Amino acid sequence: MRAPLSWLREYVDLPAGETGRDVQARLVSAGLEVEKVEQLGTGLKGPLVVGKVLAIEELTEFKKPIRYCQLDVGTANGTGEPQNVICGARNFRVGDKVVVALPGAVLPGDFQISSRKTYGKVSEGMICSARELDMGDDHDGIIVLPPEHEVGTDAIELLQLVDEVLDIAVTPDRGYCMSMRGIARETATAYGLPLRDPALLDVPAPNSYGYLVKVADPIGCDRFTARTVVNVNPEAASPIWLQRRLQKAGMRPVSLAVDITNYVMLELGQPLHAYDRGRLDGPIGVRRAQPGEKLTTLDGTQRVLDPEDLVITDNSGPIGLAGVMGGANTEIADPVRDEQTGEVRGTTEIVIEAAHFDPVAVARTSRRHKLSSEASKRFERGVDPQAASAAAQRTVDLLVLLAGGTAEAGVTEVISPSAPRTISIPADHPDRVAGTEYGRETVVRRLQQVGCDVYGADELVVTVPSWRPDLTDPNDLAEEVIRLEGYENLPSTLPKLPSGRGLTESQLLRRRIGRALAGAGYVEVLSYPFVGEAVLDQLGLEPDDPRRRAVTLVNPLSDEEPAMRTTLLPGLLGALRRNHGRGAQDLALFETGLVFLPTGEEPAPPKLTVDRRPTDEELAALDAALPHQPAHAAVVLSGAREPQGWWGKGYPANWADAVEAARTVAREAGVELTVRQAQLAPWHPGRCAALYAGEELVGHAGELHPRVVKAMNLPERTCAMEIDLELVERAAGGPLRAPRVSTFPVATQDVALVVDASVPAADVEAALRAGAGELLEDLRLFDIFSGEQIGEGRKSLAYALRFRAPDRTLTAEEASAARDAAVAVAAERTGAVLRGA
Amino acid sequence: MSAPNKSYDPVEVEALKPEEIERMRDEALAAFAAASDLDALHEAKVAHTGDRSPLALANREIGALPPHAKAEAGKRVGQARGAVNKALAARKEQLEAERDARVLVEEAVDVTLPYDRRPAGARHPMTTFADRIADIFVAMGYEVAEGPEVEAEWFNFDALNIAADHPARTMQDTFFVNAGQPNGRRVGTGSASGDVVLRTHTSPVQVRSLLDREPPVYVICPGRVYRSDELDATHTPVFTQVELLAVDEGLTMADLKGTLDHMVQALFGEGMSTRLRPNYFPFTEPSAEMDMVCYVCRGDSVGNPDRPCRTCSSEGWIELGGCGMVNPRVLTACGVDPNKYSGFAFGFGIERMLMFRHNIEDMRDIVEGDVRFTLPFGMEI
Repeated sequence: MRAPLSWLREYVDLPAGETGRDVQARLVSAGLEVEKVEQLGTGLKGPLVVGKVLAIEELTEFKKPIRYCQLDVGTANGTGEPQNVICGARNFRVGDKVVVALPGAVLPGDFQISSRKTYGKVSEGMICSARELDMGDDHDGIIVLPPEHEVGTDAIELLQLVDEVLDIAVTPDRGYCMSMRGIARETATAYGLPLRDPALLDVPAPNSYGYLVKVADPIGCDRFTARTVVNVNPEAASPIWLQRRLQKAGMRPVSLAVDITNYVMLELGQPLHAYDRGRLDGPIGVRRAQPGEKLTTLDGTQRVLDPEDLVITDNSGPIGLAGVMGGANTEIADPVRDEQTGEVRGTTEIVIEAAHFDPVAVARTSRRHKLSSEASKRFERGVDPQAASAAAQRTVDLLVLLAGGTAEAGVTEVISPSAPRTISIPADHPDRVAGTEYGRETVVRRLQQVGCDVYGADELVVTVPSWRPDLTDPNDLAEEVIRLEGYENLPSTLPKLPSGRGLTESQLLRRRIGRALAGAGYVEVLSYPFVGEAVLDQLGLEPDDPRRRAVTLVNPLSDEEPAMRTTLLPGLLGALRRNHGRGAQDLALFETGLVFLPTGEEPAPPKLTVDRRPTDEELAALDAALPHQPAHAAVVLSGAREPQGWWGKGYPANWADAVEAARTVAREAGVELTVRQAQLAPWHPGRCAALYAGEELVGHAGELHPRVVKAMNLPERTCAMEIDLELVERAAGGPLRAPRVSTFPVATQDVALVVDASVPAADVEAALRAGAGELLEDLRLFDIFSGEQIGEGRKSLAYALRFRAPDRTLTAEEASAARDAAVAVAAERTGAVLRGA
Repeated sequence: MSAPNKSYDPVEVEALKPEEIERMRDEALAAFAAASDLDALHEAKVAHTGDRSPLALANREIGALPPHAKAEAGKRVGQARGAVNKALAARKEQLEAERDARVLVEEAVDVTLPYDRRPAGARHPMTTFADRIADIFVAMGYEVAEGPEVEAEWFNFDALNIAADHPARTMQDTFFVNAGQPNGRRVGTGSASGDVVLRTHTSPVQVRSLLDREPPVYVICPGRVYRSDELDATHTPVFTQVELLAVDEGLTMADLKGTLDHMVQALFGEGMSTRLRPNYFPFTEPSAEMDMVCYVCRGDSVGNPDRPCRTCSSEGWIELGGCGMVNPRVLTACGVDPNKYSGFAFGFGIERMLMFRHNIEDMRDIVEGDVRFTLPFGMEI
């Protein structure tokens, strides 16, 4: 809502020197979001005067037609002689009154006007358009003024070019501030000044001989006022003051009747509609639309109506979408001049509608037809139903005053009676909400300023004003008191909390995992979770891969990526590619975040009320409608894991780094992963590790499939790991049981075992551990060898075994016996043969 | 070896003559002093203290002396040998020290060599910043609460007093989820199912917290939220929000204000404060917009055109987000008695806060995952 300061002053006697910024500060403090104060006519300087066109010489030798005009500007030019001005516009004729900037004038944007030679003539000034004077974006030509203005009159004053406009973002609860009346009320309260309420008008009592209105849906429309004005002069134009106020408020002047309804809407907040009585067919009705009904609205769009749409009708059917937009077939006709007779034809009889519609019905219709209008914006936020008859009266008065109309005596009012709302609150309720002491007297005074009637002592019975449908609960009243007393005056205290328990195990774990991966050289990425089928194809997922079963969005940002991720890899690989594209060679990235795994069988959630706590069953039904959303961790690597340098060779990131990243994650949870060979997209079929916590598959790691690397345009040999943190966490045990540290000497035994090349090292190790028994302290694979000596298809694994007893120094025989036992189990389980044996 | 000769005069034995002993000693001392390195010293040691050295040979002669002469000769030889050994040890120590010094010089390296052998990693500043904010409240006794990102509308809107037709639902551009469907393929372009959304704020976590716990409830809810804005320098469709909820007996707006003040002081230093401006949110009543003193200019740019502040547009205040007293209707929907309990809540997106705290100019740096941006932030923020 744009509120010109000059207009505001009509209702509140603000101090003379008060600027727009001053008013802004007061209103912001009272809770109106004044986004900016626009300065109109900044730097504007005269002489800018009314001139009359005496003669026009058409200059045709130029690319576009140019007019050389002789203007009477009275004595404004100091001589009284005609002023000669070049003009490119053509929307005026001899005898018209125009706005002339004389040499010496400065127009907005520091546009200096002087006498200058142009188009072979000396132009002594400029005839101005609305845009050049900062009056609006209208650029249909120059301004043609109504004929009654005297030549030489100062146009800065006449056109009210210097002003300030408060631009206010009205929150949904403050519908009444979509009007000058509401903003004036807030301003008056903020300054402690009286308000001249423009809705306080004498309105004749309703009678039975007004235009006939039948309201079939009193819920959708609880009030309908109709008034009729006849003998309207279709030629009458909007006076300058009216046009200027509309322009400053951000609306385009159209025609007098429309301008008046817009003006009254801006003034009182009541949307109005004007019908050409000659085009109405019988009584006006209000009802819900019937299936299949159609209506062409004022914007020229034909709309198929929904049975929920509230419509205005006559005998011909719908003639308007109630509270949203009128129909084209009953609108006020534009005046048409018959060139032969000079007679002007147009609407001469106007029926005015001032009604109150259900906010929800209007909001739904507006949304359904994607049609937001000045009227619908107001009805959605709540319009003062009591203002309807005053608004109708004001419209009648202006049509009589400005269009020479005659008000008919008939006054139609269809009203569904409703009692004003009352709310009871303890007088100290605002105090208890705020945490400070206002006292009863202040509370009562502030509520009265808002427009409430207040009765009672300790328990206040508050009747809220008709323009505040948002005031429904005790806390709404508390807010009114607190904001008017000033949020800035609230004390600053701290609540006394019960002692907390800190982060949960799960939260601590996720932080540790982040630190551990960062400590291992990975850089965290937070990628968008949106994916499309293209990337899943690039990853080489089979058609029935469960990772293709995704949550999809109705309104994705990009139609290419309509789904939510089921794996972290697309986003992470995208970040890898982006970094690589920007010149980074050696990359190690990680991400932790949710993935979204629907079964596709999720039922629709139940519709639950909000007037009580849902039952546990209802809550469970809500949760059942949601996909499973576990947290995952993933890493991707490319280039060198350790770079070459003066210290010697580096080494390239490989599948083992990816597996180790998984162990790094699991270790933080106290979980030991076991690794098995696997085959799964997007990994290299020979370099893919399945990661197990116990018997539970928790993730995969390895080198990516070369096809995936190519399809996704990744650096060669890119490696990746992804692990389900929920499963890892579930596998975690309790607090670690500390090892007993023996101080007796260690006995070391090395063994080299020859096995079939296909035997996984993990199996050999597991067998050795199982066989070595409790004396085994540690075991490490320190070499792998394959070659002729070993035999085709065989490999030799060399292990260092460290034995130690908790209570004695081991003898060589004991250590050897343990080693032999280990080898025996390895032999039994894996076919291992002691090398050289 | 001769047999004892009781009549033997030691003075008469040539090798045991005092001058002779002195000479042997002096020769030894001179040899040690002349030894220029440890090898030469070793040779001199063998020559002058070994079994075949003159002093050792002289020592042997003592045994042949008559008893009365043994003592004096023994003493003379012993003193000489003592002096020789001492000189040897001293020279050895000296030469070893010289050798050690020389070796250490030879082993010197260029300690200014770079060493980027083990590449550094880092956590994302959004993660660590969210942690840091959460920790401020954890220290006060709050719990950190979490919830799903794909959320039922009841949690995201209805329970928060945002009715189906409330204009507030158009204030937030919501991503709607298609109703259940197989194989991730979009089914038509149909209208919103009106059931499941990407959460537009972390407030549904507040609702879940109230449903899960008995009051008093003090929770802080950091998390990812979604609004259908296009990514640009100041907007991102996926961002991080931190919300707080306190529900207890007797909580007031003053408590809200104090908690906000505490937070900005903990995050931005002493002297920082907040300002509340009336606003409207369906889930709070009274509601407020919260601002903090501009971290960059501390208000110095206000009315000071020579020193404009881009962060706060020379307003002196930075808008953080919304807050207020929990609307009693929200409490009712969560099964909390609004006549007994009251609460306050606030929420804000932390990307912008991170931006001005760390002089980040473009939102895209936060979301794109460029390692050059993230690495300097390290492990904590």
